[in-house]
Amino acid sequence: MAGIIETKDLDLWYGEKQALHSINIEIPDHQVTALIGPSGCGKSTFLKTLNRMNDLVEGVRIEGLVSYNGIDIFAPGTDVTWLRRQIGMVFQKANPFPMSIYDNVAYGPRTHGIKNKGELDGIVEQALKDAAIWDEVKDRLKSSALGMSGGQQQRLCIARALAVKPDILLLDESTSALDPISTSKIEDLIGELKKEYTVIMVTHNMQQAVRISDKTAFFLLGEMVEFGGTDQIFSAPKNKKTEDYISGRFG
Amino acid sequence: MKKRKLSPLETGFHIFFLICGILSVAFVLFISIYLIISGLPAILKIGPIKFLFGQKWSAGTEDFGILSFILTSIYGTAGAVVIGVPLGIMTAVFLAKVAPPKLAKVIHTAVELLAGIPSVVYGLVGMVVLVPAIQKAFKLSSGACLLAAILVLAVMILPYIINVSETALRAVPREYEEASLALGATETETYFKVSLHAARSGVATAVVQGVGRAIGEAMAIIMVSGNVANMPGLFKSVRFLTTAIVSEMSYAAYGSLQRQALFSIGLVLFLFIMLINAFLTLVIKKERA
Repeated sequence: MAGIIETKDLDLWYGEKQALHSINIEIPDHQVTALIGPSGCGKSTFLKTLNRMNDLVEGVRIEGLVSYNGIDIFAPGTDVTWLRRQIGMVFQKANPFPMSIYDNVAYGPRTHGIKNKGELDGIVEQALKDAAIWDEVKDRLKSSALGMSGGQQQRLCIARALAVKPDILLLDESTSALDPISTSKIEDLIGELKKEYTVIMVTHNMQQAVRISDKTAFFLLGEMVEFGGTDQIFSAPKNKKTEDYISGRFG
Repeated sequence: MKKRKLSPLETGFHIFFLICGILSVAFVLFISIYLIISGLPAILKIGPIKFLFGQKWSAGTEDFGILSFILTSIYGTAGAVVIGVPLGIMTAVFLAKVAPPKLAKVIHTAVELLAGIPSVVYGLVGMVVLVPAIQKAFKLSSGACLLAAILVLAVMILPYIINVSETALRAVPREYEEASLALGATETETYFKVSLHAARSGVATAVVQGVGRAIGEAMAIIMVSGNVANMPGLFKSVRFLTTAIVSEMSYAAYGSLQRQALFSIGLVLFLFIMLINAFLTLVIKKERA
């Protein structure tokens, strides 16, 4: 089965500095893929390339091919807002808008032209349910999102991303700022989400990768060293560097 | 907590600072009380209804109704806001979000210069350039009218709107905008729906400041508005609350009802500005809560 995301010889520079070296990967559909590696290894950069959020960085230059469902995402005819609707993203730091909980989740659908109140209500409820936060917020949808706890805010951000009905969800260290209980809630949630979505996540926490991912890619110094089933990567890595990293010899 | 002992010099300075603080309060109090004392007699003599809602102002026949001034001030300010606020907010969005840093700096400097131009210069330019242009464009007998005053006021409030809105927009966390873009919103959608929304209390402050500035302006508009006590019309010569005081104060006989009525206009203007400030404080408090 071909991957939903495929890259061929993907190189990326920030100004003079090359941050990604010839990345070739096929990320499978409806699975959780974890990207691991030490800080500055390029895993977040790679993630942000997939929904073209790197376009916003001054002086970025990208070569090579990235395709989503066989579509070249950097082709001149590819609409970047369309791409970002298909490939949603949740950031490291929870970043709800300074609006009500309802308006946060409704923001995406409204932006894409849904005005009908009943339809919006349905989307918002479903997204909040999918993000496992509906029961906590259903009585205060009109209150500000900034009054929620950090873990709730992050799940709200996941709900906001889901409300656009994406195909793929990118998580950029989305639990790194959270307490263990919130983290485990989000990990359970990710396990549920892969039934409907493809999840690609960057994590610093190797136990987290083991717990919830199906595939793992190990990045080092802008190169993808090894990619395979999570079980295989963590039990029988083929590359010496991967072995050193997961056994805690550096990183 | 035990109060620490200060040196005599420190104590001296503390008293000096206290006096400075009391002074500014004293000025406000003095002006308020003076305005009320000098403004009330004429209102009582003429009758508040007749004074506020009378349409005719004529010193010769002792008719002192200021409705035309009040409406002119309201229309003029509203017109300046309708033109100046959208223009100013768009400029602020451009400067804070879209413009390349070098260009933003050039425009920013220009805006600051605009804020520093004395109002009499605005009036002069308006009189020499704008008034003849309006006369020609609309085939009027005179171009000195409410429209000219609105345009001058709109330009005058621009720097306030731009500066305050720009500061508020720059303070919007980048994460909000990234979240919006990652949801598939375009940059323009993001600026209007997220950035401006997040900056709304700053933008509201900007608008109210602009209103305060426009309603209190006299010098620039007396030169372009024709200064005749008409009920307001876009192409009519008009007189504002401020310009009514300026234009008659110098030849109203001391102690006459006309002179007293001019003080009453000052009181009305003062109340208008107090209301605007109270509104501003309320809006900001509500946003912070």
